[in-house]
Amino acid sequence: MILKLVWENVRHKPVRTLLSILLVAVPVTLILTIIGLSIGFFEDSKRRSGGVGADVLLKPPNANVISFSTVTMPSKIVDVLAGEPHVVQAMGTVVNPTSGFLEALNGIDPVAFNKMSGGFRYEEGHNLEGPDDILIDSWYASQHKLHAGGKVNISNKEWHISGIVEPGKLGHLFVQMHTLQEMVGASGHVSQVFLKLDDPKNTAQVVSYLKAKYEGYPVLSMDELQALLSVDHIPVLKTFINVIIGLSVLIGFAVVSLSMYMAVLQRTREIGILKSLGATKAMVMGIILAEAFCIGLGGTVLGILLSYASRLAIQAFMPQAIVYTWWPIAGGIAMGAALLGALYPGMMAVRQDPIEALAYE
Amino acid sequence: MSKPESIIRIRDLRKSYLTGKVSVEALRGVNLDVPKGEFLSIVGPSGSGKSTLFHIVGGLTPPTSGEVVVAGRNVSTVGDAGRTELRRSSVSFVFQKFNLLPNLTARDNIKTALFISGLPTHFEGELKNVLELLGIAGRLDHKPSEMSGGEQQRVAIARALATRPAILLADEPTGNLDTANSLAVLGILRDLNRRLGQTILMITHNTEAAEYGDRIVHMRDGLIVETSTTA
Repeated sequence: MILKLVWENVRHKPVRTLLSILLVAVPVTLILTIIGLSIGFFEDSKRRSGGVGADVLLKPPNANVISFSTVTMPSKIVDVLAGEPHVVQAMGTVVNPTSGFLEALNGIDPVAFNKMSGGFRYEEGHNLEGPDDILIDSWYASQHKLHAGGKVNISNKEWHISGIVEPGKLGHLFVQMHTLQEMVGASGHVSQVFLKLDDPKNTAQVVSYLKAKYEGYPVLSMDELQALLSVDHIPVLKTFINVIIGLSVLIGFAVVSLSMYMAVLQRTREIGILKSLGATKAMVMGIILAEAFCIGLGGTVLGILLSYASRLAIQAFMPQAIVYTWWPIAGGIAMGAALLGALYPGMMAVRQDPIEALAYE
Repeated sequence: MSKPESIIRIRDLRKSYLTGKVSVEALRGVNLDVPKGEFLSIVGPSGSGKSTLFHIVGGLTPPTSGEVVVAGRNVSTVGDAGRTELRRSSVSFVFQKFNLLPNLTARDNIKTALFISGLPTHFEGELKNVLELLGIAGRLDHKPSEMSGGEQQRVAIARALATRPAILLADEPTGNLDTANSLAVLGILRDLNRRLGQTILMITHNTEAAEYGDRIVHMRDGLIVETSTTA
């Protein structure tokens, strides 16, 4: 019967209810979008680093292992590393951030890259041939509406698009290594070296050996690199997410509190009627909280749906994952804020004098 | 011959309100006994204290002093929870403005009262009879806004009787009705009193309406000034 009462209350003022649900949905969408973007970005990075086909990564001293670093090291180290035990191939690449958000040009030696990664799968065009050629993965191409044979301006240089490739290998944009080296003033230098071993089982042994021999050079297995690609390893991002969650709780709390405050005011007389029928304080509070629960639940569902819409809108700039494991968390935050927000109006309703409530016009 | 059992017993009842900083004495020592099964009308001008008396007997507000025993429960000593329990189990109200829950149908209004009283929410034989007697059996799936004033008041009476209260408290039940509906509602109340032995305490301005009761209590300035029996 309480459910019926709550449902009829929620249904009776559809505009107010829908507005409240929408406002609760906003923080849910905000949380899911931020989390989805973080995880989506890292998943994409993991997929691309895994697609290189290497077992070990070596970076220059002082380079950040999980971000685009402009620090380089002499490229002759590639040949030196190729001669180390268990190493069957060493491949240097140059990475240079572009003006795009979390976007970089990857300078590669096409032959070495194909050998290590198994080669690109072309959706259009062919491999890098000329110095101004660029390969673009289909994700980037579709976001920017690019095709093989066309031109694109990246980092103030006009590139000829030689091919569109399937995504999932190292990066989204590939150019000849020597072209990029000259462009960034780092001729004869590389940003990182990927190593393929004779047997992946030797990875730990090789990593230990290289760490000892090349002191100061960050050396890590690709598994370690992938493990580092998470929100937990970027304190700023973690703080940012916590701030967004805090704001979401605040918005949810304020919205539901205001909504329920208005609802209690509008239903003063009805609360008086329920009290005259013998409704206990717990029952009146229960009705208010149940209504807030409905708004919180509706807000959660709508928030989840809107996170799909935000993914569609943001897809052009960044990959956004749909993180199902965060649905109950975001929902819990919204519900918690909704119930918390309903407490004060609920207390108001409970304390209402039945005679005054019945006389309320 | 033994004195009939009193279902309402009031002794030296006083009630003061604070209006701003001024204390207003609404009841100034009321004594009253209402036997079980009586239809009592309380009449008096505005400010006579009849509504205050009604609210205290109904457990909507506590008395300032004195003794008020309603259906065996001493209202003057119980707290808010005790008064809630009194409303839940022993008294029911019929108001001038009907006070039906506007979002619910007539059926759900009645079910809500049953639910709050902890009774089964399906309509049993006696309640079905009451609904037939009130002439609203065919209007149960309508919301208050879809009913006339007379129909709404009948639903309010049905809701009040559904919980089988010891006492039915009616506050100007015909105040918002036209003559025909007023006469119908008063007839129903008298019929319920006579056929079911329902104790009814009715407040009214209208002396003709008061005549439907077995006894009329006249109030003025917070006191009972006259008691008369009807023919």
